[in-house]
Order: sequence, then structure tokens, then C-alpha cells
Amino acid sequence: MQRRTLLKSSAAALVAVSLAGPALAQDPLKVGFIYVGPIGDLGWSYQHDQGRLAIEEEFGDKIETVYLESVPEGADAERALTQMAMQGADLIFTTSFGYMDPTINVAAKFPDVKFEHATGYKRADNVATYNARFYEGRAVMGTIAGHMTKSNKIGYIGSFPIPEVIQGINATFIHAQKVNPDVEISVVWAYTWFDPAKEADAAKALIEQGVDVILAHTDSTAPLAEAAKTEGVIGFGQASDMLDFAPSPRVSSIIDDWSPYYIKRVQEALDGTWTSTDTWGGIGEGEVVIGEITDAVPAEVKAEAEALAAAIGDKSYHPFTGPLNKQDGSAWLAEGEVADDGTLAGMNFYVEGIKGDIPQ
Amino acid sequence: MMGSIDPILLIASLMVASTPILLAAIGELVTEKAGVLNLGVEGMMIVGAIAGFAMAVETGSPLMGFLGAALAGAALSLIFAFLTQVLLSNQVATGLALTLFGIGFSALIGQGYTGVRPPPTPKMDFGPLSDIPVIGPMLLRHDPMVYVSILIIAAVWAFLKFTRAGLVLRAVGESHDAAHALGYKVVRLRVLAIAFGGACAGLGGAYLSLVRVPQWTEGMTAGAGWIALAIVVFASWRPWRVLAGAYLFGGVTVLQLNLQAAGVAIPVQYLSMAPYLITILVLVLISADRRRAAQNAPASLGRVFHASS
Amino acid sequence: MLKLERRPAPSRLWTAATPVLAVIATMIAGGLLFAALGKDPVEAIRTIFWDPLFGEFASYSRPQLLVKAGPLILIAIGLSLGFKAQVWNIGAEGQYMMGALFGAATGLAFYPTDSVLLFPAMVVMGAFGGFLWAMIPAVLKLRFGTSEILVSLMLVYVAQHIMSAASFGMLKNPEGMGFPGSRNFQHYPAAFNGELIAGTGMHWGGVAALGAVVAAYVLLSRHILGFHIRVAGEAPRAARFAGVSPALLTSVCLGTSGALAGLAGLFEVTGPAGQITTDFASGYGFTAIIVAFLGRLHPVGILLAGLLMALTYIGGELAQLTLNLPSAAVQAFQGMLLFFLLAFDVLANFRIRLAGRARA
Repeated sequence: MQRRTLLKSSAAALVAVSLAGPALAQDPLKVGFIYVGPIGDLGWSYQHDQGRLAIEEEFGDKIETVYLESVPEGADAERALTQMAMQGADLIFTTSFGYMDPTINVAAKFPDVKFEHATGYKRADNVATYNARFYEGRAVMGTIAGHMTKSNKIGYIGSFPIPEVIQGINATFIHAQKVNPDVEISVVWAYTWFDPAKEADAAKALIEQGVDVILAHTDSTAPLAEAAKTEGVIGFGQASDMLDFAPSPRVSSIIDDWSPYYIKRVQEALDGTWTSTDTWGGIGEGEVVIGEITDAVPAEVKAEAEALAAAIGDKSYHPFTGPLNKQDGSAWLAEGEVADDGTLAGMNFYVEGIKGDIPQ
Repeated sequence: MMGSIDPILLIASLMVASTPILLAAIGELVTEKAGVLNLGVEGMMIVGAIAGFAMAVETGSPLMGFLGAALAGAALSLIFAFLTQVLLSNQVATGLALTLFGIGFSALIGQGYTGVRPPPTPKMDFGPLSDIPVIGPMLLRHDPMVYVSILIIAAVWAFLKFTRAGLVLRAVGESHDAAHALGYKVVRLRVLAIAFGGACAGLGGAYLSLVRVPQWTEGMTAGAGWIALAIVVFASWRPWRVLAGAYLFGGVTVLQLNLQAAGVAIPVQYLSMAPYLITILVLVLISADRRRAAQNAPASLGRVFHASS
Repeated sequence: MLKLERRPAPSRLWTAATPVLAVIATMIAGGLLFAALGKDPVEAIRTIFWDPLFGEFASYSRPQLLVKAGPLILIAIGLSLGFKAQVWNIGAEGQYMMGALFGAATGLAFYPTDSVLLFPAMVVMGAFGGFLWAMIPAVLKLRFGTSEILVSLMLVYVAQHIMSAASFGMLKNPEGMGFPGSRNFQHYPAAFNGELIAGTGMHWGGVAALGAVVAAYVLLSRHILGFHIRVAGEAPRAARFAGVSPALLTSVCLGTSGALAGLAGLFEVTGPAGQITTDFASGYGFTAIIVAFLGRLHPVGILLAGLLMALTYIGGELAQLTLNLPSAAVQAFQGMLLFFLLAFDVLANFRIRLAGRARA
């Protein structure tokens, strides 16, 4: 019991510090980040860390950042989060889905520390969630892919069969088919987010099946490196820009850019206007950025892709707009109807025209 | 549906996919034949991956990269050799510590190399031979390391089977006390075998970072070293079976990805277990046949040797 | 020329002194590493070894030591029995996963019961899962003479795939929005393994670990079975004359270590980790092998070694947080610590002599 009171009083002391924090210029806001991979993964964790560097740049000595990398999900995450909160972090970004329950638990113990959990669905008064509409970027990639493919076969390397990836596959296919009714999509599940060798193998397998446009929903540059080995095969950067592979095979990219969101939220925390919100930003919010489309793409295709991105960005067009049927032919969205976020967040079906099953 | 997979391309790509584990496994085979179980293969591979990558980038020569990787792998394995052979520490624990250290250490030295593109490793030029139908595209259009790895297998096979030194190595693995009594330098031989294992693991790692992927990212071996350990067992400590085992393990992964790409619905997770289950089955079969088991499995595997006289 | 001479019995003085020497040596070597990375070595070493125990927030991190060390100790105790008898179970990682799976599946099968019998039933099933997985190498060894080292290692990979399949299929949380992973036991009171006394970090896993230490101590020093285990390891021929059945001993050693690893997995999944996920196993089974050897296969030694390992994990996290030390540096540091501990061990068992020229 005594230890618990000790814990409470140290938490209370922290509260005092964090409350006093924003008022004093010399006591910077401490912003913490927890990454699931090493920051050198050049993918998911790397992009979040780029966001951390962006807020350092933006706010200078008004803030201070700390981070923990390669934190396993589960018990270790809860401890790491608690240690971070105890060390005086005022705002903590937990950047992987598996941190959801630990974030909620630790947030309950530190009511005055603000938490932001990426890609989850549980919120509290001091836990906000944020995610990016990667599928918006996929729609643009799909358009380019539909025009560019000569074999009418595009390949998609999926990590795990989870809603985020299924959204991406559907968005890609819908928009590829719109510009090229004959297009087919082959999906390969790698069952890993990060295994460069396996990702390269998956790309190779697709290429050998006649695929000439490759999209990857895993985190390394390996699929692009593989695409580079075969003439006429193109691909896209994923998570980061991967400009090393431009102008071809990398003809464009989907960049996870967390910095606008991080800057906005840190600003709110500094101003004292931070509240728990659920943000799902996309191209319009600058969270999903379409990397430069290279000259390997014909000018009219480039213009069409950019116009699509602009329409998605200003919300005049939603990538999931009816009429759309599910894979089994049953109606999903009527003419002009737009998918609601709830359905998208739990998406577990392919749209009509995609062959194959989602593994269960 | 199977028909849409081109077997020639499939074999060609599984050869490339299997080369890293093949290299690491043949090295570990020699180490184990000498009676030493080094579970640090993963650590040595990943240090080889970054050392080879860094060397190739700095010198602009993939050849130098592979040399550097072999040296780095061997150097790391000498830590293991010193601890287990001189200070007589437990091999299982030391090997695991080596993996832990290797993964951390490689990430430290690799910090400046993320996102860098290495110099390309050229393909072997077999001239018109590579245009021979079937054989050309399947076997004769690879990079040199694919052939080097097969040559290493052949060399190890010949060494163990035909040379006196190979015989001594096997004797040391079979019974270090008897070998010692006959006047052989048990410790020296084992240190050399460990270093060879380290060098091969380093080459395997460098093949990943220089040819197969090619890039450097932290943790990029992603468990390949552990698979190499399994292959040695699968092969029942025979060099040519290491080749078969590596191609099988690599092949299963490549095949399942190809099947998926061809649109065949397969239970991926269950298929991924198959190589390990097959390995256990092979283990059971070879150990049930005791006479043959005695010929292959090094009897002193993992035991500490101390010359008390 | 230095020469090693086996001591008739391990030196008590050196047995106690070598871990201290090893830690000091690691501090020096680690200090050099940290200095090379541009960090203050004294500060870094203090953060890793001192702060979790006596620092500002030690009231939190001390109990966490127990949480982290608990499973390591529990598994290592089981392994040490086998290692003493020359039975090499290195697949505790797989048994740990199977224990967690069996136990969790039992609990989830009865969701949402509030029966008080549920948790004990899960504990039994957890131990049984680990036991079963460990009996595979035992049976194969007895029936065919197959090496238990290799079979148990192979079974780790099989368990890993079963774990992954379960978190996507059978045990997937039906309310989890399509994400992999089971229900969280924190929201399932009858099955939850929470802290027994708040703020102490002590849950049933910790109790079981301490119980195992005591039981192993009594077994090895007082019980005939413990005697058999020791004899079998030290003098196998003598053991056979003394009527020890090698088959029985192999089964007992493997079965016990499997059951304890299974228990550790069960307590972890129902407590600190909370749920079955693809990444549930974070290397405890392998780390425990190191812990067993660091503790010299002695129950008390294992207790201390487990706590020391936990200290480097938690201290390493602190060093990342406060000093921005990369996690890779912490990993390399841990590796060094293990090297030194293993290296200095030689002093306990051997005398180092300067051998003269006239050697026998």
C-alpha cells in the first residue's frame, strides 16, 4: 500500500510539473514517441521519427522530444509508456496498433498526460487516436497502375489481412479498373511488415506471373529493388518517398507524412486547447502525400492522377463512391453513395472483380 | 492453376532465395562436425550483412564487400571461440549471447548506411551458354555468389570425405577425448571450424544486403540464421543435403509466394510450418536408424572439452 | 603459458566474486562503447544499473523488475533441472507459447463466465500445453534417440506459426474490428491475472517463480530425485548403477521444464501481455537459457540472474529515454554483459596456473 501512495505522489508531482510546464518558457513541453521498429527501418517507424524531427524543427526549444524504439507490443509497451510518463512526458504518441490497450491503461494512471494512439479505435479523455487514409493514395496509384500496365496485371504485396490493407487493395483495384476494364490484381500476403528478403521474393513471384506494376503494403524498399531488376516493371514508394529508385521503377509514391498532424497537436498542447479527438486525415490534411510522379509516366496520365489526388484532397471525390458491389456480387454502395468510415475501418471484403479470397 | 507457374523461373528464383541460408548452413555444418554448436548464426549473419554492405559501399567493389563480410563474421565468431574453447563457457548460452550482441552491434555500425544503394553485383557471364534452353535461364544467369556457394558445398564435401584434415575434424567432433589422446589439437581445430562457420555466415548475410535485397536495414536477416541451423539438422550433417535442404526451405517460401501470385488459395501459415515438421521427421528417421545416425551426427556436439592432462 | 586446472569443487569465493567482476568489466567495456557514441559513460552506467533500483521513480521500476524477471526465472528453473541432468531443452520459447495458447483458449472458450474455477483451470491447461509441447522431444528421444536440442528448437518455429494462425483465426477477438489478436484478459475479470497487492508488481507468475525457486532448492538439496538429476549429469554410468532410469529422468526433466515454461506463458498472457498476438513471444524462452547459465543452474543464482537481466532491460529503456541512447547500443551492451559473465565463470571452476616450460 505504501508503494502505491509513493507512486501516486510521484504522479502527482508530475502533474504539478506538467501543469506548470506550458506557462514557463524555459520549461519545454516534453513530447514522447514509442516506435515498434528501429528508426532505421526506412518505413513506418522512420516516418514517425521524421514527424518527431519536424516538430523539433518547428517548435525549437519550446519543446523537448524523447523516444523509445523497437518496443515490443504487450507488457513491455505498458512499462515503457509508464516510464516515459514518469520521466515527465506531457504528450505521448504511441505509433503502432498493438499499443492500443497499453496506451489506454497507462493513460488511466496519468490523467494529466495526453496520449495519441495511431491506427487504433479506443479513446479516452486523454487519449486521442489518429490514422491516415492511405487508401486515398492507393486510389491515385491505382489510376496510374491501370494506365501503365501493359500486361493488364497488377500485383499487390499485402502484409497482413487487416482492414487497412484491404482498403488499399480495393481502392487500387477500383481505380485501376476505372481506367482499364481488363485489369486484374494479384495479391500476395507476406505475413510480415518487415522482412526485406521475403518482400523481394514476393515481388519476384508476381513479376514472374506477368505482373508489371507492383504495389507494396509492407515497409521496406525491397520490392522496388526487385522491380528494378526487370525491364518494364514499375512500382511505387511506400511509407517513405524512396526516391533512390526514381524515375523508374519508382514512378510515384505514397508518403506517410505525420508532421502536419504532429505539429498541429503539439501546437494545441502548447496552447492548452488539446482535446481527445479521432483524426483520420488523408491527402487533404497533408498526411498522405503523393510523391512526385516521374517522367516515366505519360503527361496525360500524370495529369489525370494529379487531378484525382486534388479531387480527393478537396473532398469533392471519395475513392469509395457507388455503385460498388462486394466480391460476391451483392450490392454494397448505391449510385453516388459514399462509404462510411465505420465500414471502412472494419473492411473485411473485396469489391467485385477481385479474384481470390481474403485469408481467414 | 499450377500450370501458370514457370518451373524454370521458379527454380532460378529459389536458388537465389536460398543462397544466404545455404552459405550460413554449410558454415554451421563444419562447426558442428567439429563438435561445436554455435547458435549465434543469426548474429554473425547480420554483422556480415552490414560489414559487407559498408565495405562494398566504401570501396565500390562488391567483391571487397564479400571479403569484408567473411572477415567480420569470422572475427565475431572468434569471440564465441574464445569463450567456449578457451574459457570453456556453455555453447548454447554463448551462442545466444552472440546473436543478441550481433544484432545490436550491427545496428550501431549500420546507422550511417540506411537508404544507401550498394554497388550492383554483376551477373556471371557464361556467354552463349546462358542461352541454352531450360538450363540457361534456370542455372546460368545468376550472380557469382550462387556458384561460389555451391563450390563451397563441394569443397566441404571433398574436405570431409577425402582429406586427412577432414577426418581429424570429424574425429574431434565424434570424441574429443579420443582425438586428444591421439595427439590432435582439439581446441585449435575447433577454433578454425568456428571461424569458418563465422565466415560463411558473414557471406550469407552479405548476400542478403548486397544481392538479394539489396540494401541495409536494421534486423534485415529476420530469422534467416535460425533457419540455417534447422537446415544443418535437416541435412543430417551432410554437405549435399545442406544444398537440398536450403533449396527446400527457400523453395517452400518462394513456392507459396508464387502460388499466391498465381491465384491459388493456400493456407500460408500452415504451409510455413511444413519445413520444420519435415525436419523433425527427418531427425526421427535418421536417429531411428542408429547405424547411420552414428556416422553423421557428431557425438560430442555441444559438449565442453577440457584436456585435463 | 596459462593453463586451466579443474578445481575439485567450484570455489565458493570465486563463485560469489565472478559475477561482481563480470559486471565491473562490463561497466568498463560498456562505458567505452557509450563514450564512443558520445554519451557520458558514468551517467549511462548509472542510469542502467542504479536508477531502476534507487532512482527517482524506483518505486515504479522496482516492482517492474519482478514482472520482467518472473517469467525468466520460472522458465530458467525448469531448464536448469534438465541442464543439470544433461537434458537439453532449448525450445522453452515454444513451450511458453503453447502454454499461453492452451490457457488462453481455455479461458476464451468460456467467455464471459465469472466462475472462480476458470483461472485455476486455465493455469492447469497452461502448464499442460507447455508439458505437451516438451513431451514431443522427450518421446522422440526415448523412442528413437532423436536429439532433444534440435527437436525442441524446431518446435519453437512450429509454435510461432500456430500462435500467428490463432491470433488471425481461432482466437481472434470478434469485437476487434478485424485486427488480429485475441480478447484482452484485462477486460475479463475471471481470467485476469492482475497484481495481487497493488503497486508491488507481484502477480501469480511472480509467486510461481518464487515458489519454483524454493521447490527447486529443496528438490536438489533434499530429495532423492534431485540427487538422481545431479548424478545423472555428473556421472551417467554411476547413475545407472544407482538405479536411475534415464528414460524416466529425461521425461521428468523435459516435462517439468515444459510445464513451467507453459505456466510462465499463461501468467504472461493473462497478465502483463493481456492478449494473444502474433508477436506475443518476445524471446523469454531463449533469454531464460542464458539466465539459467548465468545463475550456474543453481536456484538462488537463477533468481539473481533473472533480476539482473530484468535490470538491464529496464535500465536500458531508461537510458534510451533520458540519454537518447539507441536501443541497439543497449542490446550490444547486454550481449557484452553476457559475454563477461560467461567468461569469468571459468574462474569458479578452474584454477589458472602459469605452466612452466617442462610440461607433461
